[in-house]
Amino acid sequence: MAKPLVETDVIERVLGAARGFGDFAEVFVEDRVTSSASLDQGRIEELSNGRDRGAGIRVVVGETTGFAHTADLSETGLMAAATAAATIAQRGGGGARRVALGTRADHARLAEVLPSDVDKAAKVAWLRAANDVARSEGAQITQVQVGLGDSSRRFLVANSDGVFASDHQVRTRFMVSCVAQGDTGMQTGYKPFATTRGYEALTDDVVADAARQAARQALTKLRARPAPSGDLPVVLAGGSGGILFHEACGHGLEADAILKRASVYAGRVGEQVASPLVTLVDDGTVQGEWGYLAIDDEGYAGTRNVLIENGVLTDYMWDLLRARREGRASSGNGRRQSYQHLPMVRMTNTYLMPGADDADEIIAQTPYGVYVAQLGGGQVNTATGDFVFGMTEAYLIENGEITAPLRDCNLIGNGPETLARVDAVAADFSMTPGTCGKNGQSVPVGTGQATMRLSSVTIGGTAA
Amino acid sequence: MERARRLLESGRGDEQIEVYLSRGVDTDVEVYEGSVEKLTTAASAGVGIRILVDGAGGARVGTAWAGSLDEGAVADALNQARDNARFATEDEFLAFARPDGVAPAGMSLRDESVITTPLNDKISLAVELERRVRAGDPRIRQVESAAYSDYVIEGALASSVGVEANYARSGAYLSVEAIASDGTSDQTGYGLSAARRPQDLDLDAAATDAIIRSTRMLGATRPSTRRTVVVFDPRTAATVLAIIGGALSGEAVVRGRSFFAGRLGEVVAASAVTVVDDPTDARHFAASNFDGEGLACRRNVLIERGELRAFVYDTVSARRAGTTSTGSAVRAGIAGTPSAGPRALVMSSGSHSQEEILAAVGQGLYVDSLTGVHSGVNPISGDFSVGVTGLMIRDGQLGEPVREVTVASTLQRMLLDVAYVGADTTWLPGVAAGQSLAIADLAISGS
Repeated sequence: MAKPLVETDVIERVLGAARGFGDFAEVFVEDRVTSSASLDQGRIEELSNGRDRGAGIRVVVGETTGFAHTADLSETGLMAAATAAATIAQRGGGGARRVALGTRADHARLAEVLPSDVDKAAKVAWLRAANDVARSEGAQITQVQVGLGDSSRRFLVANSDGVFASDHQVRTRFMVSCVAQGDTGMQTGYKPFATTRGYEALTDDVVADAARQAARQALTKLRARPAPSGDLPVVLAGGSGGILFHEACGHGLEADAILKRASVYAGRVGEQVASPLVTLVDDGTVQGEWGYLAIDDEGYAGTRNVLIENGVLTDYMWDLLRARREGRASSGNGRRQSYQHLPMVRMTNTYLMPGADDADEIIAQTPYGVYVAQLGGGQVNTATGDFVFGMTEAYLIENGEITAPLRDCNLIGNGPETLARVDAVAADFSMTPGTCGKNGQSVPVGTGQATMRLSSVTIGGTAA
Repeated sequence: MERARRLLESGRGDEQIEVYLSRGVDTDVEVYEGSVEKLTTAASAGVGIRILVDGAGGARVGTAWAGSLDEGAVADALNQARDNARFATEDEFLAFARPDGVAPAGMSLRDESVITTPLNDKISLAVELERRVRAGDPRIRQVESAAYSDYVIEGALASSVGVEANYARSGAYLSVEAIASDGTSDQTGYGLSAARRPQDLDLDAAATDAIIRSTRMLGATRPSTRRTVVVFDPRTAATVLAIIGGALSGEAVVRGRSFFAGRLGEVVAASAVTVVDDPTDARHFAASNFDGEGLACRRNVLIERGELRAFVYDTVSARRAGTTSTGSAVRAGIAGTPSAGPRALVMSSGSHSQEEILAAVGQGLYVDSLTGVHSGVNPISGDFSVGVTGLMIRDGQLGEPVREVTVASTLQRMLLDVAYVGADTTWLPGVAAGQSLAIADLAISGS
């Protein structure tokens, strides 16, 4: 067992001091080591290492949260941060109150091969291998960028309710970007691989596969024609469209937006909010997926939460403070970017449960529409439900067949309206990693779904 | 700076070292229903180290950083950077910046009052902002958050090849997100005021912006699909300019990732378009005396009356292109590596007010918010497709609100299709300032 980041008696004293001022106090200690390596134009450009270590302390008084953080993990440093957090939460009196912690719940890491166990030379070899594979896909591939990154994050969280837990989260990712040059200009292809496992997951096959897919996407898009403009049926390939649910309703089901009545889904539990084909789950327990967590950043176990069942809204996602306010339990969705950030309600792995249809049949039964093989990022306004998301690989569907590739463009829609338009869901489920940004904080998330169709979505292209 | 200089002495014979030290303090206040919901005050510090080792075929670089200035963390970073340099490929163009004799502008960009203003005064600003928005219009049904935030950041950069630079900047912001309702549906509006110090913040401007932007969108519908003139407001025009700026990076150009590559001297935009990157203009929030490699920032004219004149370069991309740095290295904090990019873009203002532009346009779409910019714009191919909200332009005036619309074209065409640049230059946080911008013939996709 590795040495704890901070000894238990120190945590107890710091927490006791902070708790003396308020209704709730929490100490979050984190030590994160990251490394990255990049290749561009055939050259190993740069290897970089970084380390961030510190503690964030919050004190809640009534509805006010005071927060301070420090990179100084000595008892003196932690006490200073505790006092600062308490002072800004209450701006007045207080005094120590004893907090006794039980036994720390240590969660075993999922990763087998840690970043520190891997030679830098091996990392460089993967970058070169991906470059070679991508370039061998065609002479029109003019640019290949390969990136590899890992993070090893140990953290410890303790609060005045007696939560006392630690975890060691390891994340490994590998990205390939390609540019292809043709008569019509440049086109891009991108394929990420990301896992909450260690380097045991980064096999030669994974590396080659990412390179091949990124290169093929760029090459394919050289033949792309402008996307249509207007409302059309859209078929989303399995794994490509989970981001739609993340944006179209996920953010609107986060308790912070709900409690502030800043979501179109506020006050609608028990109502039909989507097509009966929609069963939406947020699930922190899917081991290996990008949004997996044994415990969240408030020390609560990741859980599987059904948000929408057969189209009926069943529950929202909760962090500790919002849950306390409503007299219920956290759903394990309290996450933060680092010790320098306050936790808030965030998704983990959000996915649409697979259905019974056949993926090929869904396409065959679509006379004219758009087939999306990959979506880029998206954005939503939770208060209005309006969202957009970008298609980074898409094709026309003509007479039930996938035909011409389309240039990049955005889709736009409204969450509740779009969820009602899900009219087919297949069984070929898969997931995609992503990074979710909210109020300036980024956290890794997974999204997933099977091949599915929306009867109508607005395509923001330029063609008539 | 003393600390940075001292670290340089740990360099070995065949090494060059660059050390970037940074520290900052910031305050964030969020207010909800008249009381403080969250309050953060924090100090942070860190170091970024680059080590360059010369070899027969060029130099190799290794980097490392630490979010702390304690001796052990800094020593670890130094060792990691040294080790990392072993694995990079030798590159004949790789080099640290050398002093080039250009004098820095000497602007004062840090204001002590960010530190000396009492916390209670800062809290009061956010409380008052929320109060004014809630009281400003009966249709405002909610203020999701009203926030005050500020920062002071100081840095020192030194390299063993003689570059020394000090950075100091402050900023203060008020922001508010209002939700307006007409009983059947909700619309949102975002208000912002930015300054270098709290006393220059404009409470009224931020509140009014949020109120007007949310309430005027009530009853919005989808327009029909068509091609039309689009007038971007200063805020959204700044976003568009920032994207175009990315393609003016010399690094994107030498790497073949810019649609401007190979087009110097050509007409790439309408004659109304002159784009300047000028970090020496203190009015720009991104103004800086030094660039990310410690060279003096300078004014660079990139597009002049429609003609592509220049790109911005850092040391390495300039060497690759056979030219010299334009003092345009940007880096994302201690963990970032310098790269070439514009820092403080602005278009030369035109002679027309927004009202005159709307009158001249006659019929079209006025856009006051963009979504999906990171997903729908490809700065390499130039494809442009974003979600927008705004108002139709009817007979030269703002008409009915529209939502759930996309606007699409390519960046290349949009530049050529610029019809008017407004006189209403608006300084905004971020890479680009904005002014009302009318662009002909965009595809709008609605019902």
